[in-house]
Amino acid sequence: MFASTLTDAIRLLATFDHRVAEIVGLSLQVSGGAVVLGTLIGLPLGACIAVGRFPGKSGVSVLINALMGLPSVVVGVVVYLLLSRSGPFGAFGLLYTPLAMVAAQTLLVVPLMAAIARQVVEDAWQRYAEELQVMRFTWWQSVTTLLHDCRHSLLVAVLAGLGRAMSEVGAVMIVGGNIDRATRVMTTAIALETSKGDLPLAIALGIVLIALILALNAVAFGLRHWAMRRYG
Amino acid sequence: MSGGPGGGAMFPIRVRGLCHAPNGRELLSGVDLDLGDEGITVLLGPNGAGKTLLLRALCGLLVPCSGTLDWGGGARPERGVMMVFQNPMMLRASVLANAVLGLKPLNLSRHDCRGSGMAVLERVGLAHRAHDSARLLSGGEQQRLALARAWLTRPRLLLLDEPTASLDPSATAEVERIVREIRTDGTRILMVTHNLGQATRLADDIVFMSGGRVHEHTPTRRFFSRPQSDEARRFIQGELPWRMSF
Amino acid sequence: MAHELLKRIRVAVLGVVLAGAAQAATAAESIVLASTTSTEQSGLFAHILPIFEKTSGISVKVVALGTGQALDVGRRGDADALLVHDRAAEDKFVAEGYGSYRRDVMYNDFVVVGPTADPAAVRASSDTSDAFRRIAGKAATFISRADKSGTHAAELRFWKAAAIEPVGQSWYKEAGTGMGPTLNMAAGVDAYTLSDRGTWANFKNRQNLAILYAGDPKLFNPYGAILVNPDRHPHVKKAAAERFIDWLTSDAGREAIASYRIGGEQLFFPSPR
Repeated sequence: MFASTLTDAIRLLATFDHRVAEIVGLSLQVSGGAVVLGTLIGLPLGACIAVGRFPGKSGVSVLINALMGLPSVVVGVVVYLLLSRSGPFGAFGLLYTPLAMVAAQTLLVVPLMAAIARQVVEDAWQRYAEELQVMRFTWWQSVTTLLHDCRHSLLVAVLAGLGRAMSEVGAVMIVGGNIDRATRVMTTAIALETSKGDLPLAIALGIVLIALILALNAVAFGLRHWAMRRYG
Repeated sequence: MSGGPGGGAMFPIRVRGLCHAPNGRELLSGVDLDLGDEGITVLLGPNGAGKTLLLRALCGLLVPCSGTLDWGGGARPERGVMMVFQNPMMLRASVLANAVLGLKPLNLSRHDCRGSGMAVLERVGLAHRAHDSARLLSGGEQQRLALARAWLTRPRLLLLDEPTASLDPSATAEVERIVREIRTDGTRILMVTHNLGQATRLADDIVFMSGGRVHEHTPTRRFFSRPQSDEARRFIQGELPWRMSF
Repeated sequence: MAHELLKRIRVAVLGVVLAGAAQAATAAESIVLASTTSTEQSGLFAHILPIFEKTSGISVKVVALGTGQALDVGRRGDADALLVHDRAAEDKFVAEGYGSYRRDVMYNDFVVVGPTADPAAVRASSDTSDAFRRIAGKAATFISRADKSGTHAAELRFWKAAAIEPVGQSWYKEAGTGMGPTLNMAAGVDAYTLSDRGTWANFKNRQNLAILYAGDPKLFNPYGAILVNPDRHPHVKKAAAERFIDWLTSDAGREAIASYRIGGEQLFFPSPR
């Protein structure tokens, strides 16, 4: 059963048409958008937590770490309620659009990226803190300096965010609605094909998804390797 | 680098009764010290004497539990004190970017930073490596870069913590040359070293510390010819435990 | 080789961008239809919607949910029209003012699906109630949608008619999921379940499952279209949504529905006028 499903899936891969390309493209657009926003929000947030000295700092760190495991379905429901016509942002009519999916996935990846960034930046901060202090760096100058200095390690945070965004199904299913040719991404398409009992097609799509994530990781690994040799 | 550092009164620096005893362990027990406005002062003393702690107190990294620091009659100025650590940190960036790091809080234009950065690299002999990665420099080169970074901010007081601790003789000589030049530029220097030869070559005066206390503060020649305290005498004769490095 | 690949990548990226732009351009001419997993997963929409889009220029975005969820989405104003199958809930929806009106569109029927070995001898049932009593009598595993869908509502009606209270019994598993996943579960553990004929006909992972009982008039499964009330939700695209509902019940729409077949079998029947 399993073997025949797998061979069917591989046969299907050879016959992929533009519909699949559309789905893959939307996946990349939505998850890519979420990761760009997550990078702009999550990485500085993590660095601020690492560098800042404020009451409740350890509590915030624990909270951010805990939110890494936030169920995507919960995020989906929350964003659905916010964007619904009867919700506070209903007037924008964003529900069941790719933008809603980007918003939900952004909420999902920000804690993850912030938590990793906090860890990475905190390690560097421990090494740099005193010298930056002697040079009279302000708090924000330290944050930007550390973010830049840790850029290669922070690639891990970006990759983790991308992996999480591209592989989650709960949030995009609820706020996107899995609408054919509008909001159908790889994971919701896989869920749909599984529902239809078309397991070979579901697995074929799964192979595409894994291959994509693998390729992105390989590129990032290569970049990091190159940067390490270049900058030590 | 031309033109001395400006600013109001900072010298003489008067340290009185400085104590530091974290968790009941007394590390500084009543340090008294006066520093005038020019020259190179070398801090000597065995490991654990409190030399580095004194430097840290002077640059504001350590808040002593008692005692006073008086800077020319006032509080420590916002700028003008810089410290070069034993293992200076190097950003994952070019030599030039590391050299101008200390200018970041001054919000200078990128162009100004670049110009003065190249000038200071020229003076420490690293201009030809300006665009290489700082982390790929040798230990001696990194120490010179750290000196350049501090120098560029035109400090009035520069604190050096064993700048040649793990360097070979030629790298050490190069660092010593730069330290003299910084001093000629008008910067007051207080440095820690375990290298007695270096102390005789560079120091105008010697501060000898032991057991968290200053035992004597005398001109270099007199310190080595007629040390006043028993500890200093034994230290010079090599009877107290300390790292050989000359 | 690498050059060719690069070219292809460039074309693909361009395609994605253009698709995004085209999507934005046609956004004004689209409605959101909240419907059921049974209609989506049976493949009906993929068959009829392109026909409607060609004649009207209106694209219909289908969000496939259980009937109960679809009604909720309509209640919140997140859809323009609904196509669902739970008559009692639909009438209530319109009566409460969430919908402007309801129209009969089409019907199919429910089928009792189970393992071909048929340990509860459901094949020999005299009617629907008998079939359900046989399953309960043998304590044969039955998987319920349990997701407030139209199929779930119908299933609960059949249990009630058979005078059985299945909830809480060890053989009664509440899946809380769509028709397809429920069939996947039934196929995985050789259990009985109730399915609509459309989803079953398009379902590929049958393994040992087969239709064991069908044909009782009680298994009749009518679908209705509802216009979400624009008085309550002013952003509802009334004109476009009405045009879609009118088309569904027009000759052209009826013909499109009737012409959807899987393996020669007609899955949905237009409602009699």
